[in-house]
Amino acid sequence: MKIIVCIKQVPDSEAKVVAADGKASWGDAPLVINPFDEYAVEGALQQKEAQGGEVIALCLGPETAKEALKHALAMGSDSAILVSDPALGAVDSQGAAKLLAAAIPKIGGVEMVVFGRQTLDDGTGLTIAQTARVLGWPLLSFAGAIKVDGGKATVERVFEEGKQTISASLPAVVSVVQSIGEPRYPSFMGIRKASKAVIPQWSLADLGVTAPTPVVTRAALDNPPSRDVTCEIITGETPAQIAEALAEKILAEKVL
Amino acid sequence: MKTWVYIDHFNGEVVPASWEALGVGKSFGPVSALVFGKGVDAVAQAAFEFGADEVIVADDAALADFRAEAFAATLTALAAASAPDLILLPTTTRTRELSAMSAIDLNTGVLVDVTVLEDNGGQILATRPVYEGKLLEKTVCAAKPQFVTLRARAFPKPAREAGRSGALSKAAAQTAALTSVEGYTASESSVNLADASVVIAGGRGVSNNPSLGLDEKATAEKGFQIVGELASVLGGAVGATRAVVDAGFIPYAHQVGQTGKVVSPDLYIGVGVSGAIQHIVGMRTAKLIVAVNKDAEAPIFKVARYGVVGDLFQVLPALTEAFKKKLGK
Ligand SMILES: Cc1cc2nc3c(=O)[nH]c(=O)nc-3n(C[C@H](O)[C@H](O)[C@H](O)COP(=O)(O)OP(=O)(O)OC[C@H]3O[C@@H](n4cnc5c(N)ncnc54)[C@H](O)[C@@H]3O)c2cc1C
Ligand SMILES: Nc1ncnc2c1ncn2[C@@H]1O[C@H](COP(=O)(O)O)[C@@H](O)[C@H]1O
Repeated sequence: MKIIVCIKQVPDSEAKVVAADGKASWGDAPLVINPFDEYAVEGALQQKEAQGGEVIALCLGPETAKEALKHALAMGSDSAILVSDPALGAVDSQGAAKLLAAAIPKIGGVEMVVFGRQTLDDGTGLTIAQTARVLGWPLLSFAGAIKVDGGKATVERVFEEGKQTISASLPAVVSVVQSIGEPRYPSFMGIRKASKAVIPQWSLADLGVTAPTPVVTRAALDNPPSRDVTCEIITGETPAQIAEALAEKILAEKVL
Repeated sequence: MKTWVYIDHFNGEVVPASWEALGVGKSFGPVSALVFGKGVDAVAQAAFEFGADEVIVADDAALADFRAEAFAATLTALAAASAPDLILLPTTTRTRELSAMSAIDLNTGVLVDVTVLEDNGGQILATRPVYEGKLLEKTVCAAKPQFVTLRARAFPKPAREAGRSGALSKAAAQTAALTSVEGYTASESSVNLADASVVIAGGRGVSNNPSLGLDEKATAEKGFQIVGELASVLGGAVGATRAVVDAGFIPYAHQVGQTGKVVSPDLYIGVGVSGAIQHIVGMRTAKLIVAVNKDAEAPIFKVARYGVVGDLFQVLPALTEAFKKKLGK
């Protein structure tokens, strides 16, 4: 089975991100593969192990995003493709979906496209359903487990109200959640292979499309009002005294 | 501004943030509520009672289960015919997919998980947290309808007026879907975290009580029982850190944080939670944060307003008793 896994590169979640002149800045904090997309790579590799086939990591982004693709390669993906073009400015989720949906048929013979749940930077969680819509493929979202059998994929969908078993014919778009299993660590061999990999770069012309005009745009980016809290430590002779004092404090805040 | 509000429900159980969205819609003028499903008369009636002036119902066996393609096609057809300016939805797993697909159909966009909304002469200026809440972004949508999903508990819930009614109209369902629902298991406990006004979150500390003489898993079970008792006295939901979810002590649905749920309750109490950044990003917008931890240096005390340095197995039962007394329960 030929599987594509869509990944993005984002600032590390430990990074201190601040807004300056309408732009986000994270100093010299590292850029990493979007943590949700590591689960997507894990899910894709599990399917490859179960079904045979290959996993291709696909990313839309600047050249630096090749590092995130290399992480996917080091984890065990067979190849990677970067969609990148100087003509691309800000891309909204609709635009990203259209570009991904143009790259997927160009790769050809794809039976499953695996996504993460959301990107941690300015992600919207919309790209998944929008890519499915543009492709006209079924969407099996929030998968905690995936099973493929005879051209049909069945997933356990984990959502607010519980779990559903849902299925669709392949090709299909799947998004995964944490229950899929801990992303594997890159192996030593994987890291060596990834460091030597030459990642092809596809331009808009290669995809035969023009730069999508964003519908959703950013009007401003701000730092949130600072919330200076000083913690008041509640003490007492016995747990009962502490509890009594704490309950008083909480009730006085009128949050109940 | 012609405003529609989509009422999200699961098997007739309405997501409370739907009513919050209805309240926001009303602030712009008359509102039509959309209710899709099978046998949804009670939901439609509730929409009137929460303030809808009109309710548009698509009631069809094909809509009994949420299937994104059919729901999106139904919404797309309605919007294409009546050209609303604004479609508000509560942010849920379902509405993200529904709005995402319908926006593709209608060549427009979605402003997602919005916490503040301003009307700029018909164009919506929507604020949403980005970079895990480290920054706030204001976004606009250049096309119409403008889809906007609202974060739960960011807007007030309107009062319910029993018996209120209005114009009910029936709409055709688009029934083509590409997926089938083969089974459903309800969550073992109610984990309505996003809508909860109180969240009591347990971390690895709930599995640490050597004096019980139990293994870690059994200790955690006992620990979460104590957490659950406090939650039930305060009418709250039980949250968890990833550490205890990964250890298999509690289902993933309870996880708060970067890879779990973002909650913004009025009161968050973290017990045996160290306060890793990936957990903090999921709860830092809580109005009041309280922490109970054995370790005075735990980072959670940096974001907490009140703290207790102590053993949760002693403090929590005492706190539950104190609240029982004070709240007359
Ligand atoms: C990509 C990524 C995503 C992540 N996503 C999430 C996420 O969504 N949510 C999340 O929570 N974490 C997430 N994490 C994990 C996070 O980094 C922490 O490892 C995790 O939050 C720690 O959980 P904890 O506080 O329960 O455990 P610990 O850090 O082990 O803390 C346990 C605390 O309990 C205290 N304690 C022990 N015994 C007692 C007792 N008897 N009474 C009182 N206090 C006691 C200890 O002093 C300690 O502070 C993520 C990590 C990564 C790398
Ligand atoms: N630029 C991108 N390149 C490849 N995949 C992406 C990109 N942006 C988003 N995705 C995928 O879409 C998912 C949802 O992203 P988002 O809609 O941005 O929150 C991510 O978890 C990725 O799997």
